[in-house]
Amino acid sequence: MIKNILLVGVGGQGTLLASKVLTHGLMQAGYDVKMSEIKGMSQRGGDVSAHIRFGDIVHSSVIEKGSGDLLISFEQMEAFRHIPYMKKNGVVILNNQVIHPVAVLAGKEKYSENLITEISNTLETKIIDATEEAKKLNNPKGANILLIGATIKILGLTDINWENSIKANVKPKFVEPNIRVFNRGMNLV
Amino acid sequence: MNKIENKILMTGDEALARGAYEAGVLFASAYPGTPSTEILENISKYKEVISEWAPNEKIAFEACAGASIGGVRAVCAVKHVGVNVASDPLFTFAYTGVTGGMVLISCDEPGMHSSQNEQDNRNYAHFSKVPLFEPSNSQECLDMIKIAFDISEKYDTPVIIRVTTRVCHSKSLVKIGERIDIEIKPYKKNINKYLPVPSVSRNLRKKIEERMKKLKNFSENTELNYIEKSKNDSKIGVIVSGMSFNFAKEVFLDNATYLKLGFTNPLPDSLLDEFYRQVETVYVIEENDPIMQSWVERAGYECIGKPTFLPYGEMTPDVIRSAVYGEKLKQVEINTDLLVSRPPAMCSGCPHRGFFFELSKMSRKKDTIIAGDIGCYTLGFAEPYGTMDYIVCMGSSFSAAHGTQKAMEAAGKDTKVIGIMGDSTFFHTGMNSLVEVLYNNGKVICVILDNRITGMTGQQGNPGSGININLDASPEIDIENVVRALGAKNVERVNPNDLKKVRNVLEDAYSKDEPYVIITDWPCALKPMGERDYEKYGQDLFKTKYFVEEEKCIGCKSCIRVGCPSIAMIKDGKIATIDNSCVGCSICEQVCPTKAIQISDFKGLNNITQKKPDFFS
Repeated sequence: MIKNILLVGVGGQGTLLASKVLTHGLMQAGYDVKMSEIKGMSQRGGDVSAHIRFGDIVHSSVIEKGSGDLLISFEQMEAFRHIPYMKKNGVVILNNQVIHPVAVLAGKEKYSENLITEISNTLETKIIDATEEAKKLNNPKGANILLIGATIKILGLTDINWENSIKANVKPKFVEPNIRVFNRGMNLV
Repeated sequence: MNKIENKILMTGDEALARGAYEAGVLFASAYPGTPSTEILENISKYKEVISEWAPNEKIAFEACAGASIGGVRAVCAVKHVGVNVASDPLFTFAYTGVTGGMVLISCDEPGMHSSQNEQDNRNYAHFSKVPLFEPSNSQECLDMIKIAFDISEKYDTPVIIRVTTRVCHSKSLVKIGERIDIEIKPYKKNINKYLPVPSVSRNLRKKIEERMKKLKNFSENTELNYIEKSKNDSKIGVIVSGMSFNFAKEVFLDNATYLKLGFTNPLPDSLLDEFYRQVETVYVIEENDPIMQSWVERAGYECIGKPTFLPYGEMTPDVIRSAVYGEKLKQVEINTDLLVSRPPAMCSGCPHRGFFFELSKMSRKKDTIIAGDIGCYTLGFAEPYGTMDYIVCMGSSFSAAHGTQKAMEAAGKDTKVIGIMGDSTFFHTGMNSLVEVLYNNGKVICVILDNRITGMTGQQGNPGSGININLDASPEIDIENVVRALGAKNVERVNPNDLKKVRNVLEDAYSKDEPYVIITDWPCALKPMGERDYEKYGQDLFKTKYFVEEEKCIGCKSCIRVGCPSIAMIKDGKIATIDNSCVGCSICEQVCPTKAIQISDFKGLNNITQKKPDFFS
């Protein structure tokens, strides 16, 4: 059995750190894990995605459209954009955040206000106000790890030692704040 | 679930770096370029290896060739187009062969995630007549580079390892080993090997044929080329290499017999015969050019390859599935009208913004053609600036602009032609490009956007930055001095965040009928800052923020038109606002007609994460 998880967001949101923590834990648990990350040309502001696949033996590191089990999105439009990757019974974990692309900032295109409805009408969707929740815990950049907390709860992977995986991927002074948001994420779903 | 012991998750780039380290490499050189950059960044963490950023790929290759001649193992890692730059030394070094093993890693980009073209650099191995490895996952990256060094020394040849973006940037489990210590081979002068004048080269040329014959034998027998029999006795055969192997397995699973090729120049003819005895319908799945397909067809076998599988793009599972079965997996439909794309944009505080903003105004008023180059500043082509007519390749903007300017002159036109490149590109091949303009009496406005770092690939040092690959202080080559030494007379250095000064310099440049060099001088907002930066650019560099005084804002959108991602319109588009990502470049303040944009009394923390150089932390 292979599980396909897609993590998507906007450059600077911490998508890649989240995927590192997640893959580290899965590997420690003994799964075969493959991960493929695609970042665009610019350093900031473009869309970023990480494909994570785990199971007994994983061949491709890329998730095929129509085969995603779980879509973790840090931003509404990015969730919507990646829906075609999902199975019909796939689940979306959505950070209720909006980051306007430049064309929207400039008033040239409109950012639909109904994206959440569009997403939740298509797939089972769990909406988490991760950015706000992380701010409440004094870790405004911790939305990414908070969503990972929610993810592993949904996947039923709470037995893995996730604190270890956080420790292995963030600087010592950020370990505690990240464990706090991680636990909060678990409790929110 | 079996516990996977002693393995770690690594990208292909990390595994190649680890493998080079374990192989006893002593010298490593590269010019950064996606998706190859992380190879040298990771090798540089091993202090036993001398790691360097070179000004360009040709120089990186040459330094490695020289290190090999000097008796040590050397690795050069560049992106696909970088091999074009490095091809000159490659072809002759393929004649002379090596002393210490030498491996060239070519990181290709089928699908063009972050490149201007896709090219199949397996052709370079065939063209230059050197052995070729194609790992398909991180473990193979680590294992194959170690074998590649042995092959390089045993067969006296440089070796190419070809990987693709998905190999470079995909993580898979790797078992790592220990570094072997390779003794440095004592230097011995040998002009019959290393001095390729025609009389020597004719002999070397013959030797290449003997070498390839021996390597053919290796290719037939190596475990890197193998047949994986179908568990379901399928008569379908798949010939495949590199990442496509994993993609093909995802589609065919156990319902095919695979000829998996890891060593692909020369290709194993007898193994191909053996494979065809076991299968009936054969697919050749390879990204880009039909190299293995041509080999199969030359051997007289039938196969399904191009054009069933497209000659461009990646051979991802969906692509293979539609080519073979004519269908894709069922997808969930969305209303695509609601999609808004998110193209890359210049960051908040990007020092290119001010220059392009002013140039866009000037170039719309006056007949102008603008040649761009490769870097973050390529984004100057996009809205709201639209200040780029064409791009050729790294370092081309001055020389190409020169040709365009001569053509305009021949057509009797007064068009101003401008070439724009960054500091790293200037050191890459831009210096020669400028020489072309100066030497041949050109009239191009040559703009060097000096942001003190190699930005697009993730803030690597370059000869002008004053930091090396380890972020240690290094000699700093001053661009203005170089430009003046080349003989440029009109040279202006300007702070690109000072719009009025940029405007004045541009006006002066447009008014002159001779070469004019503009150097903008302000650091990339993501650059690792050192004391020298704060001394030069001010202690509050990127530590200030601006805000909009709502009562004064008239909703004119002047600030929106500078194209900064920190600024948006709110309240039904009537009022502008600046979010927390502002780092205080002040450009919006300068364009606001009502002084509604003010510096805030916020100090200190901003939400940019900058790498800190060692001498700073």
